[in-house]
Amino acid sequence: MAKRKGLRSRRRPPRFGGDLVFEYSVMGAATLTLALVWLLVVRMVFDSQASIERFGFGFLSGGVWDPNRDVYGALPFIFGTLLTTGIAVLIGVPLSIGIAVYLSELAPPWLRGPLSSVVELLAAVPSVIYGLWAMYTLRPVMVNSVEPFLKSLLGWTPLFQGDPVGLDKFTAGIILAIMIIPTIASVSKEAMMAVPESQREAALSLGATRYETTRMAVLSYARSGIFGACILGLGRAVGETMAVTMTIGNANKISWSLLDPGQTMASLIANNWGEAQGLQLSALIEVGLVLFAVALAVNIFARLMVGRFMKNIPATGGGL
Amino acid sequence: MNTYEYRKLKNTLASGLALACVILALIPLIYILAEVVMKGAPAMSWEFLTRRTTGTGEPGEGIGNAIFGTLLLVFYAALIGLPIGILTGIYVSEYGNNKLGTIVRFFNDVLANFPSIVVGLLAYALVVAYLNVGFSLIAGSVALAIIMIPIVANTTEEALRMVPNSLREGALALGVPRWRTVLKVMLANGRAGIVTGALLAVARVSGETAPLLLTAFYSSYWSLSPTEPIASLPLTIFRNFNSPSEVLLQQAWGAALVLILLVLTLNIGVRLLMKSKAKKSKAVKMKWMTRLSRKA
Repeated sequence: MAKRKGLRSRRRPPRFGGDLVFEYSVMGAATLTLALVWLLVVRMVFDSQASIERFGFGFLSGGVWDPNRDVYGALPFIFGTLLTTGIAVLIGVPLSIGIAVYLSELAPPWLRGPLSSVVELLAAVPSVIYGLWAMYTLRPVMVNSVEPFLKSLLGWTPLFQGDPVGLDKFTAGIILAIMIIPTIASVSKEAMMAVPESQREAALSLGATRYETTRMAVLSYARSGIFGACILGLGRAVGETMAVTMTIGNANKISWSLLDPGQTMASLIANNWGEAQGLQLSALIEVGLVLFAVALAVNIFARLMVGRFMKNIPATGGGL
Repeated sequence: MNTYEYRKLKNTLASGLALACVILALIPLIYILAEVVMKGAPAMSWEFLTRRTTGTGEPGEGIGNAIFGTLLLVFYAALIGLPIGILTGIYVSEYGNNKLGTIVRFFNDVLANFPSIVVGLLAYALVVAYLNVGFSLIAGSVALAIIMIPIVANTTEEALRMVPNSLREGALALGVPRWRTVLKVMLANGRAGIVTGALLAVARVSGETAPLLLTAFYSSYWSLSPTEPIASLPLTIFRNFNSPSEVLLQQAWGAALVLILLVLTLNIGVRLLMKSKAKKSKAVKMKWMTRLSRKA
């Protein structure tokens, strides 16, 4: 960047007519992105006005979603989003960090490139195919072995009540965990690779083992990048739609048990979109607005955390 | 307890654990691919790929209109999204060393990982509701285009950044106007990277489901009209995944196979292309240097 400064920071206006036209047209395209974000907010606020006026802030704390009585509250979906995202992060983060450590510290050099590409292919699989797979392959496994096992182990907690049905918040959380792994793993890997080699060499020369070097010199140095990666993964889990819609069971109620069906903000929109009209449509768009606000906050936060020492973050995809 | 043996043991355990994480993550990938191929392959036939869905679940119907619809949606999306994305990338890389450039770059990064259902809501609000087009091909394409823009912009910026500064300076020193420098020298040299980004963006949006659900909706007919709803592969899967009808379920798996082949071919192809292009890029630079000096 610094090298180019002389060339780029030209204060005077461009000399040629062609230059002027070109500069303004690329600037126009660039500001379109900003305009889109702005339009998004304006249109969504406008379209959800009916619901905002009717329910006010009570919308966020209302626990009932009933199209028959035209009463709408978003709490069950905010709750469902938080719970599934929580499961996804709890399972996905340790796995992703393990993968990132292996790819950046342990793997033999010839294996690094191909293996990272394969992990990133996980992000390339469309969300709807994850859903299809979860429905017919993951679900039987959950019903027959994983959920009964967890129930016998943790059945005394409120989190594992009820019969295992396979279409529930837990299955949705597992699918989300698989889907956020490539995001967290590849961004954390980048953060670890950005650690100066001298850090590792210093630790190794003091007689540290690979594990100690990684823990002391690499992980602690890259921690803000890794943290940012986790937040990015969290952002992806929050907005993920199709796979969740297909596995969560779609029940508009609050229940602490992970073995009960639930609903997230995104899956609510996907499920009710076709038939929603009037106040319900307006309420759905307001749910979208809440989702937008959460995703924006999470992404901006993550960007600030990661951006501190990496210029480029691979775009591994939002909630497809 | 801090003997060397103990530390070595911990080291081995941790390494093993990291490797186990990699293997654990690869299981679903391999499992999904195998499952889709196994369950999707029996559906494959010429009729299946060329006939339209009637939605009734009678044997002999196909997903031809969904394949066609996905291609159309992605084509229009690329038509809208690629130019805007590439221009944005050019701005950020060549003119973006100021406040506006920083803001644009930041929002591109944010949008690149944004939930696509929210993008779907935007396209719905703009095209379906505000412009009153209704659920349509064009609304779906706008949604996909909005998803493409930040991906293409980021990779274009990246590609232009990789072009050595001496080339730019050389062209400017020869009196080539700045816009021609960008178009003829920078873009020509960053071509490989830009094409890569464009193809990755296309691969990414081909599998998008949620935004299409909100904008393009679904149709079981052949359609070319930009203002009519249109079928797509992802939505075919979503509509049929829960169906009690064997035929429709079979259709979902068949559509999944076609979709995953499309997406993975693009993804893997691009990665291989990138590798071979990296070797060639030096030759391209030389070519442009000679061409420029000849003109001067």
